[in-house]
Amino acid sequence: MSSDGHSRRDFLFIATGTVAAVGAASTLVPLISQMNPDASTIAAGAPIEVDLAPVAEGQAIKVFWRGKPIYINHRTKKEIDEAKNVDINSLPDPQTDAQRTKQGHEQWLVVIGICTHLGCVPLDHQGDYDGFFCPCHGSQYDSSGRIRRGPAPANLAIPPYEFVSDSKVKIG
Amino acid sequence: MSGHSPHEAHGLRAWPYNLKDENGADYVAPAYVPPNGFLRWIEARLPIIGLTHSAAISYPTPRNLNYWWTFGGILSFMLVVQIITGIVLVMHYTPHADMAFNSVESIMRDVNYGWLLRYLHANGASMFFVAVYIHIFRGMYYGSYKAPREILWILGVIIYLLMMATGFLGYTLPWGQMSFWGATVITNFFSAIPIVGESIVTWLWGGYGVGNPTLQRFFSLHYLLPFVIAGVVVLHIWALHVVGQNNPAGIEPKTVKDTVPFTPYATVKDLFFMSAFCIVFAWFAFYIPNYLGHPDNYIPANPGVTPSHIVPEWYYLPFYAILRSIPNKLLGVCALFGSIVLLAFLPWLDTSKVKSAAYRPLYRQFFWIFVATCLVLGWLGAMPPEGGYVIASRILTAWYFIHLLVVLPLLGIFETPKPLPNSISEAVLKKKGIVAALVVAVGLGAMLGTSRPVSAQEHEAPKPPAVNWSFAGPFGRYDQAQLQRGFKVYREVCQNCHGLSMVAFRNLSEKGGPEFTPEQVEAIAAEYKVQAAPDDKGDVNDRPARPADRFPSPFPNEQAARAANGGAYPPDMSVLAKARGYERGFPQFVFDIFTQYQEAGPDYIVAVLNGYKDPPKDFKLPSPTSHYNEYFPGHAIGMPKPLSDGQVEYTDGTPTTVEQYSHDVTAFLMWAAEPHLNARKRLGFQVMIFLLVLSGLLYFTKKKVWHDIEKPREIASGQDPRATSM
Repeated sequence: MSSDGHSRRDFLFIATGTVAAVGAASTLVPLISQMNPDASTIAAGAPIEVDLAPVAEGQAIKVFWRGKPIYINHRTKKEIDEAKNVDINSLPDPQTDAQRTKQGHEQWLVVIGICTHLGCVPLDHQGDYDGFFCPCHGSQYDSSGRIRRGPAPANLAIPPYEFVSDSKVKIG
Repeated sequence: MSGHSPHEAHGLRAWPYNLKDENGADYVAPAYVPPNGFLRWIEARLPIIGLTHSAAISYPTPRNLNYWWTFGGILSFMLVVQIITGIVLVMHYTPHADMAFNSVESIMRDVNYGWLLRYLHANGASMFFVAVYIHIFRGMYYGSYKAPREILWILGVIIYLLMMATGFLGYTLPWGQMSFWGATVITNFFSAIPIVGESIVTWLWGGYGVGNPTLQRFFSLHYLLPFVIAGVVVLHIWALHVVGQNNPAGIEPKTVKDTVPFTPYATVKDLFFMSAFCIVFAWFAFYIPNYLGHPDNYIPANPGVTPSHIVPEWYYLPFYAILRSIPNKLLGVCALFGSIVLLAFLPWLDTSKVKSAAYRPLYRQFFWIFVATCLVLGWLGAMPPEGGYVIASRILTAWYFIHLLVVLPLLGIFETPKPLPNSISEAVLKKKGIVAALVVAVGLGAMLGTSRPVSAQEHEAPKPPAVNWSFAGPFGRYDQAQLQRGFKVYREVCQNCHGLSMVAFRNLSEKGGPEFTPEQVEAIAAEYKVQAAPDDKGDVNDRPARPADRFPSPFPNEQAARAANGGAYPPDMSVLAKARGYERGFPQFVFDIFTQYQEAGPDYIVAVLNGYKDPPKDFKLPSPTSHYNEYFPGHAIGMPKPLSDGQVEYTDGTPTTVEQYSHDVTAFLMWAAEPHLNARKRLGFQVMIFLLVLSGLLYFTKKKVWHDIEKPREIASGQDPRATSM
């Protein structure tokens, strides 16, 4: 067989192999994609509205958005002052209280109630900082939801939210 | 031939036990030589590469194998496809009597590519059986079960039995009407056992009827059995590699010249035909995914109502016909199981020493008669058990057993086989394969199509006229404006009585549907009230629906629906367009495979909506609340004529006639039942193009690889140069 025939043969083999490989790779698309959230899960993750009127000062409520617990804490004057008067340079994850609340609505702390260490739900109004205490590995958050002590690396996350009115918040 | 039966002559030497090299010495296939130190290190500790090499690369395979031999590889491929798609489906399926049906529907609607995975799995089961039947008949034609391949064959029969069990269990899982009643009928087989039968059935059910415990254990076993099959397949392949493959000549290879190495020769040939087989698979999965199913299985399981005609999946039909042909319960069940178990005894029932039917002129004829018997039994299995069908079933059932128990043993004694060639290289094979392939293909097609229920009632009703749907055919798409109009008809007329509980408002704005804007959908949703979560006091109030909600049903429960509708229960319309249909009849159902006719449901719905007429003089309506309808089975329908001209206002100038309304609302219902049809047909086209290209490339690759084998210079005189291909 001539070298010409060889190269034709090689081309055929390579082309066949390439097309087969592309097909095999394409079949992975649905197999991988199916594990992503399905359409009903995504639709159920739409924003929720929470009526804050019944939440008394000093009380925290827990609501769920996208399956995550969201703490809405109606802070007392003392808690707000504590949160504002911290030297932020001393914090592991420096953030001012103003960065973590909405202007004009400072009495409301809205945080995702998931410890940034390994995902447990911290208890509200517990620990040494008038904030949250995670029972799993002892992380302590202050009244602004900032990490103060323990293994957690970051502050409690803030979900996207906005005040629709003074007594109504839209989360998501 | 028996004088030098290989295992007598050579004892238990592994394949190729009787193969000689060119010099007449025992042939030893080239061993794997690790190319570097690392692989040598591995090979010395776990010789897995060497094992793979000897099993799938250097393994000598008869050079004259035809394409019928590729179905073993195709079966392995299908098993893998079924296991992969099955494991993925389990991630989304809920095995509970209250949730199974809806979870399957949510796979079809919400899960990414869920419709694809489910259709591949459901049609994959049928393709698996197509392949296994071809594989079994190939074994019968070429006498592949004969010494020394008896255990290989018996393992195959065991795999086939396991496949039947797995297929049956899997069909239960969607928990539709056929699932439920199929499970009821099949489990009742065991009640035929004297004395302990009833206890066994109760034990199988985990209750006093098929119910949630049954579903949960069937699910568990359906997950288990494929892995058992995989285990037996390993034994099957192991046995194959000990005794070697049979071949169309039915004589054992003598020298290495009678064989070719498995790779690349058999590998590339298998891959080519596998790819070609996938075209058929894709045709079903993408274009006619419900062709092999029953409309009844889109009706949720109802323990109170048996469908008018219960039919198993097509692949059980011949055995179902055998069961029904015998009027005694115990004997019928025995005949059914006996007809399968007998296959395991073929190696001893067939007394001929000659393997291949190519050299057995009489057996060849009886073989094709047997194939026809099985096919016709399959067709009869789908017919109602009455009149001539029963008589024909009895005759063919008798012949099935006579063939196995009488004809085969006697043929070996009385038949004079043609002289066998001295070696495979000398074998002269005539090209009969193509004709045979056509017969089997048409026959299988006929059997696939007969799995539709036929009921006596439906015989009377005229066939619904075929509507020219925009969504029919390979390039069909929903007409967006029509879906919007149809939704208007649903909203203003149908929804007063009929729910649409599996459709969410958000679906109305999704691609491939009516495609309302998200704002329109929010406004539509807000018109409906759904139950809110309990408030702080524990009270449950209504709230306006959101796009994420599903359509609320018009009645809180079935009793309320019946009370409001004169005793009739208006069915939920979510999958109605797939849950209805009509008998297509022979030969139309065969053509339907090729024309991709999937619109029996929509055609039927349009016909019923337009089918209200004054009853004929000799027809008496069974109750004053029923109405005469030409196309409704039995003609007495509970629903009064729902549509009248001008009832719903159209803003786009479309005529406001019943005819037009019925088309529009039916198209809308088809979308509600199959929301991803556009995406399915589009992806189907891409897959088809891909498979055609791949099959073409593999064909030419195969030609190149086999070039020197198929056109050898030193060709023996008289040999057909194409003896190695079909």
